[in-house]
Amino acid sequence: MILIDNNTRVIVQGITGSQGRFHTQQMLEYGTKIVGGTSPGKGGMEVLGVPVFNTVKEAKEATGANCSILYIPPAFAADGIMEAIDAEIELVVCITEGIPVLDMMRVKNHLKGKKTRLVGPNCPGLISPGASKVGILPGYIHTPGHVGVISRSGTLTYEAVYQLTTLGIGQSTAVGIGGDPIRGTGFIDLLDMFNRDPDTLAVVMIGEIGGCGEEDAAEWIRAHMKKPVCAFIGGKTAPKGKRMGHAGAIINGGKGTQAGKVEALEKAGVTVASTPDKIGETLVEVIKKAGIYEKCLTK
Amino acid sequence: MKIHEYQSCELFERYGIPCPKGYLAMYPEEAVEAARKLGAFPVAVKAQIHSGGRRKAGGVKICFSKSEVREYSKGLIGKVLYPHQAGPEGKLVRRIYITAGSNIEQEYYVSMTVDAENASVVMIASADGGTEIEELSRTHPEKIFRLNIDPVIGYKDYNGWEMAKMLDFEGEQAKTFVKIARGMYRLFMDKDCSLVEINPLITTKEGDLIALDAKVNFDDNALFRHPDIMELRDYDEEDPKEIEASKYDLNYVSLDGSVGCMVNGAGLAMATMDIIKNFGGEPANFLDVGGSATTERVKAAFEIVLSDPNVRSILVNIFGGIMKCDVIAQGIIEAAKSMEIRVPVVVRLDGTNAEEGRALLQKSGLDLIPAETFAEAAKAAVELANQGKEAAK
Repeated sequence: MILIDNNTRVIVQGITGSQGRFHTQQMLEYGTKIVGGTSPGKGGMEVLGVPVFNTVKEAKEATGANCSILYIPPAFAADGIMEAIDAEIELVVCITEGIPVLDMMRVKNHLKGKKTRLVGPNCPGLISPGASKVGILPGYIHTPGHVGVISRSGTLTYEAVYQLTTLGIGQSTAVGIGGDPIRGTGFIDLLDMFNRDPDTLAVVMIGEIGGCGEEDAAEWIRAHMKKPVCAFIGGKTAPKGKRMGHAGAIINGGKGTQAGKVEALEKAGVTVASTPDKIGETLVEVIKKAGIYEKCLTK
Repeated sequence: MKIHEYQSCELFERYGIPCPKGYLAMYPEEAVEAARKLGAFPVAVKAQIHSGGRRKAGGVKICFSKSEVREYSKGLIGKVLYPHQAGPEGKLVRRIYITAGSNIEQEYYVSMTVDAENASVVMIASADGGTEIEELSRTHPEKIFRLNIDPVIGYKDYNGWEMAKMLDFEGEQAKTFVKIARGMYRLFMDKDCSLVEINPLITTKEGDLIALDAKVNFDDNALFRHPDIMELRDYDEEDPKEIEASKYDLNYVSLDGSVGCMVNGAGLAMATMDIIKNFGGEPANFLDVGGSATTERVKAAFEIVLSDPNVRSILVNIFGGIMKCDVIAQGIIEAAKSMEIRVPVVVRLDGTNAEEGRALLQKSGLDLIPAETFAEAAKAAVELANQGKEAAK
C-alpha cells in the first residue's frame, strides 16, 4: 500500500461541521486513527471522543498527526490547505469541491519546496483497504489486495473498485486525485509510487476528458512502468466546450478529448476498457495475460 | 460565467483598456440614435450573444449610413444566428451594440487564461489576430506567443514589454500595449476571471491600439465573492433548465437525447452518458446531483430532468460515498408526490446506505424499476426510452 497505512495519524480540519462529523464517524468505524480535529474558536471541545483544536499546528503538536483531511467550505478551503502545509503535515487530503481556481493557484505555488503532499481538491480521498481510510469512500466495497487504483472521479472510483471486489480482486490503495484543473498529486506521482510499492502488482487508472494528465501519464508509463496498467477514460459522449460538472472536465480547442487520451494510453501499452462497466473485466484480462491473476485474487 | 461584449467593454474601460465608443440598442430606432450619437460613419453593428464566431454567422456589419443601420438592425434583432461555436439550436439576438468604426491597420490577438499545468496565468498573443486562435494554433503554432506570469510576484510591466517586443510593437504602441496587458491582468485577478480575450486588438491607421472585441469569462466557483459580476449574468442566454439547476447547486447540462439521467458525481455521470450511448441510446442530459445533496435538491433535480419533453425514460444511477442513498430515495419519493411521473424510471442504488434507500423505495409503492448493476440499469433505461419513442410515433 502507498501513502496511508495502520500507522497514519489523522486530523480532521472542519470536524465540527455536519460533513466533517459524519465522515469522521465513518472513518473511525473503518479503523482510521483519527487523533484530532480543528475548528477555529472551538478548541477544547470533543467530537465523537476526538479532541478539537483551534489550529492545525496545535493539533499536530498535541497528537503527533502526520496526515490531515479537510471538510471545509470552498471559500475557506485554500486557507485550510495552506495552514496544513505550514504546519508541515506530510499528507493533506482535500475533499472540498468548488474552490476558486485562483485560490488553488496560490496553494499550488505555496506547496513548492514544502514537505507536504496534497491529494485533491474535489476528490473522494484515499483508502488502503483493511488499514486506513482518509476520505469519503464507502469502506465496505473495498477489499485488501494488490491492485492500485488512481482516479479523477469519486463515484466512478467506487464503481471500478466494486467491480474489482466482485471479481475477487483486492486493492492495495485506491486514490481519488480529484476533478479540478489545478490539483496536488497527479497520475504520474501515484504511478511512480505504485511502481515502487512491492505490494502493488497492477494498476487501474481512471481518467476523463480535459487537461493533459492522462497523455502525460501515458508517456511516463511507456518509459518507466514495470507493472501492467488498465484504464478507462470517461466523456466519450461529452459535447465540446461544455463543462461536465468537474471544473477540469471540458474539451477546449480540440484538446483533452477522450479519443486522444485513449490513443495515447494504448500507444503506451495500456489496455483501455471500452465501457465503464467493463473496467473490472478488463483488469482481469490484463493480469491474466501478465500471469499474475492468481496472485491478485483475494484469498 | 459568460457576459456580453458591451459588458466586457465597460470592464475594459475601468481597467484602462481602450475600446471604441459604443451604445447598446434593443430596437432599430435606438440603433439609429446610437449611430447619430457616435457622430460619424461608418459604425459597426454587432449582435450581442454569448458565442464566438459572430462575424462569420452574419452577426456583425459595418454600416455607412443611418438607413443602413436601420435596415440591418431590423433584420438582426429577433433573428437566430448559427455561429459554429453555439449549439445546433443557434442563438437568438435580443440586443445589439453600435460602436464607432476604426481604420484598421493590423489585427492582433491577445488573451489571458489559467495555465493549469503550470498553476499560473498565461498571456497568449499573436500578430495574426482576427481569426480564430484555435485554428491558428493548428496551422501556425509558431505564430502564437505564450508568456507565463509568475503567480507569486504577479504581472510586472517587463512582462508586457517582453510580449510587445515579440509582437513587434514599438514606441507609443508598445507603451499602450503594456498598459493594456497590465489592465487585463488586474481585471483577471480582481474579478476571478477564467478568460480575458481581445480578438482582434487592432492598430489603426492613426497609430492607436484599440480592443475591437472584448470577451471576459468568470470562474463560476468564485462568483460568491463578486456580487457586481453576478449582476451581469444574462439569463436569456442560458438554457432555462440549466438556470433552474444552478439555483439548487446542481451540475446540469442539457443535451438532445431521450434518456434522462440523474447521477451522483461528475465522473460517474459522464460514464453513464457513455454507457447509454453504448447501448444505442442518447442521453437527454448530464446531471450530477453532487456529493452533499439534500432531499430538496434531489427532488428539484428529478423535476428538472422530467421537465424536458424529449425524455422518454429516466436512469437514476447512484453510488453513494458522501451521498447517502436513502436521501436520494427520499427525494424521488417527494418528487413523485408533487408531480406526475410520466415516464418509466430505472433506479440503481449502491454504496453508503444503499439498503436503507432500496427499502424506502420499495415501501413507497412507487412504480420504479430496480436494477442491480450499472450496465443492467443503462440497458433497461435505453430499451424503455426507445419503446417510448416508438409509442409516441
